[in-house]
Amino acid sequence: MNLTPELEKLKDEIEGYVRSYGLDSFEIIFQILDFDKLNEVASYGGFPTRYPHWRHGMEYEQLQKAYAYGLQKIYELVVNTDPTYAYLLECNEIVDQKLVMAHVYGHSDFFKNNQWFSKTYRKMMDEIANHGVRIRQFIERYGEDNVEGFIDCCLSLEHLIDYHSPFIQRTEETYEYDFEDENCLCEKKGIKKIKSKDYMDDFINPKEFIQEQKDRFKEEAKKKKKFPENPEKDILLFLIEHAPVENWKKEILSIIREESYYFAPQAQTKIMNEGWASYWHSKILTQKCLKDSELIDYADHHSGTMGVRPGGINPYKIGVELFRDIEERWNKGKFGKEYEECDNLAEKKNWDKKLGLGIEKIFEVRKIYNDIGFIDTFLTEEFCDSHKLFTYQFNERNKNYEISSRHFKEIKSKLLFSLTNMGQPLIYAEDGNYENKGELYLKHRHNGIDMKIDYAKDTVSNVQKIWRRPVHLETVLNGKETLFSFNGSEHREREIGLKTFHPFHGLPNAGGIF
Amino acid sequence: MISAAKKIERDLGRFKRIVRGKIKKNLKKYITQGELIGKRGKDIVSIPLPQIDIPTFRYSPKKVGGVGQGEGDEGTPLGPGSLEPGQEAGELPGDHILEVDVTIEELADILGEELGLPNIEPKGKKNISTTRDKYTGISRSGPESLKHFKRTYKEAIKRQLISGSYNFENPRVVPVKEDKRYRSWQVTIAPESNAVILYMMDVSGSMGDEQKDIVRTESFWIDTWLRTQYKGIETRYIIHDAAAREVDRDTFFSTRESGGTKISSAYELCDKIIDEEYPPQDWNIYPFHFSDGDNWGDDTETCIGILKDHLLEKSNLFCYGQVEGLYGSGSFKEDLKRYIDLNHVENLATSEIRNKDEIYDSIKEFLGRGR
Repeated sequence: MNLTPELEKLKDEIEGYVRSYGLDSFEIIFQILDFDKLNEVASYGGFPTRYPHWRHGMEYEQLQKAYAYGLQKIYELVVNTDPTYAYLLECNEIVDQKLVMAHVYGHSDFFKNNQWFSKTYRKMMDEIANHGVRIRQFIERYGEDNVEGFIDCCLSLEHLIDYHSPFIQRTEETYEYDFEDENCLCEKKGIKKIKSKDYMDDFINPKEFIQEQKDRFKEEAKKKKKFPENPEKDILLFLIEHAPVENWKKEILSIIREESYYFAPQAQTKIMNEGWASYWHSKILTQKCLKDSELIDYADHHSGTMGVRPGGINPYKIGVELFRDIEERWNKGKFGKEYEECDNLAEKKNWDKKLGLGIEKIFEVRKIYNDIGFIDTFLTEEFCDSHKLFTYQFNERNKNYEISSRHFKEIKSKLLFSLTNMGQPLIYAEDGNYENKGELYLKHRHNGIDMKIDYAKDTVSNVQKIWRRPVHLETVLNGKETLFSFNGSEHREREIGLKTFHPFHGLPNAGGIF
Repeated sequence: MISAAKKIERDLGRFKRIVRGKIKKNLKKYITQGELIGKRGKDIVSIPLPQIDIPTFRYSPKKVGGVGQGEGDEGTPLGPGSLEPGQEAGELPGDHILEVDVTIEELADILGEELGLPNIEPKGKKNISTTRDKYTGISRSGPESLKHFKRTYKEAIKRQLISGSYNFENPRVVPVKEDKRYRSWQVTIAPESNAVILYMMDVSGSMGDEQKDIVRTESFWIDTWLRTQYKGIETRYIIHDAAAREVDRDTFFSTRESGGTKISSAYELCDKIIDEEYPPQDWNIYPFHFSDGDNWGDDTETCIGILKDHLLEKSNLFCYGQVEGLYGSGSFKEDLKRYIDLNHVENLATSEIRNKDEIYDSIKEFLGRGR
């Protein structure tokens, strides 16, 4: 349903404030939905035409139930496209719609201007609809169980992409043609030729002989060539290019991969994006468009979104507070060498150079950072203290999660850890021809935290379903380097010693698993 | 948009069929008994929310830890460790204990729908109806006991802001009479019928806290469901090791004895209570027994004798739930099962509850028969 005349007017009003503050969003198309429909669209990640899969049904059930019990309701839903689509809940009060609209303009401005979104495809509505059509065709042709089963497998691997690859311009690595002089080439490549005069050459070094050597050389070079040449983080791409699967399966892999890349920047900027949108809805409502009678309801709902719980951080809250903190610091000049080196606490507290650079700074921040850079650059000890941040850890003795530290350094490093690679282990495809038997060797770059091993083994099985040949995973478990292998019917597990293991330099015990 | 509505129904149906084990059994092991945890007054209630967790490469939740926000010193616990953190940052332990905004009846309705529980056809005084109150809305007057806390304070803040008596430096909100809001109710009509639930539990040494927790949760849902089916519910509690005695609810869940196990002692006491206080022609009778299945050698014969000659005849349904004790579980369930199969007994249900995840399956087994 399109906007009612009342909401249409409201939209124009808010858009006016948005522009006056210097926000620069895409055009926004608001749709009004009842909660059934809103939950449905949300279950499809904002795309009503997304491919069919039970996981969407599961998310829908969760949203419906949480709504039925009054535990949670979605106020708004916004999609990163140009124009930006946003959905409003029909039964919301006008004051809620104001809040949501202002919030959506904040998101849209972020989508449009933050560099981490610069490579996302803005016509994703059409693209995702196409994916849906393709997968429905596959279901008709190959059967629901087959297609859904394969999607299950792909979803198990959906995070195995290289989040930075859209920004990396790789140099061309392979050189198809070699135009060098043949003699020179022969010497370079070590092909044996007996010295002869030109006219005798064909007799002394028969063409067949040279050809044979060349062929053998090529063969050896092929064997020696590492594959992939460098460890590949985009394992989905590696599978698409090298796994021996039917074309329709490759297409499904590509669809899952494309959607993963599309959604990645939203996960990488969750704190900033929600913080930015909250900063602006709060500013626009309290400075411009709230009526007195709406104040209490606004405060109630705003504080609902900002609520904190002991078991985690609320990205809305941390985000908005950090933006406000940055604004204040740059207004007062609380940054730079002079400020950092000042050791008079009272002076530091009352520091105010009246620079007024705050607004300019936060617009710059929203342009160039993602959450990792945002936290790394702007999280301060004072901020951690005043917002009562802490780290927690599982205590094996009493089986509780408990507060483990309130030290700035630890909080910061834990927070950065949870944001690195979106909080997931780093897995690389190291060798697609392991042991020269076409087996796939994956390596977990262990950084101190072990993986959940039953899930890791099952994920290896899913890779094996696509790769068909045996698949290996090197990781560290309880301090020991361990190799998990799956050959299609049986899991094996083996310690591989404490030293770093190089599969290609032939440790004596590296082979012969199957 | 109409086609879209059909679309999600299809995905939802597919999900439900997987959860119910109708299709794709390979996913069975990833079905977690996810829960929406809420609070009703003082009770923590968990609402069944099965989920399928697709395996991925991920950190071990117990090793990874995280960052949180709030009060507390180092070492302050956040919440029970049994709550595994979800995939999303922020979906972590100690999470969202929110006030559930539903009545106990609605809870039971949702449970009933979720587990596909049929309504029970009660016996007894079928044609007599009585009235029941159901809370449906908010009104400006009512008894103090039904005051709606949040609504009342919201009105009070509004009044204070308007009148200028709100102090931002030292916010104190004191409701006056005009601010007060109360729950209001409607009267509905329901058939009159009474039921008694007799809980029996083995409290011998092999039953630990975890086992009792399972029994506690399961009995909460059994009470909740049966309350929607009958007007008046009475509950009685019997504990036993080698001997049985009747106790109150708190004692029931807190007693731990070290003796051996003689299940027949509890069945005898149960039968005696029924005979003395609950004539089967007027009462719907539901004995539930929980143990780890270890029983004295020849006592099982005696138990089956009591069931056959007395309890099964008098009860609408007799349920036996076997939990996995500290030292494994015994064969009592198998023995009962054999008896059921041999004699085609319809009102004796057994189930095995190895962990918390299996509670809902067990409730379904017990109450899914509509008896």
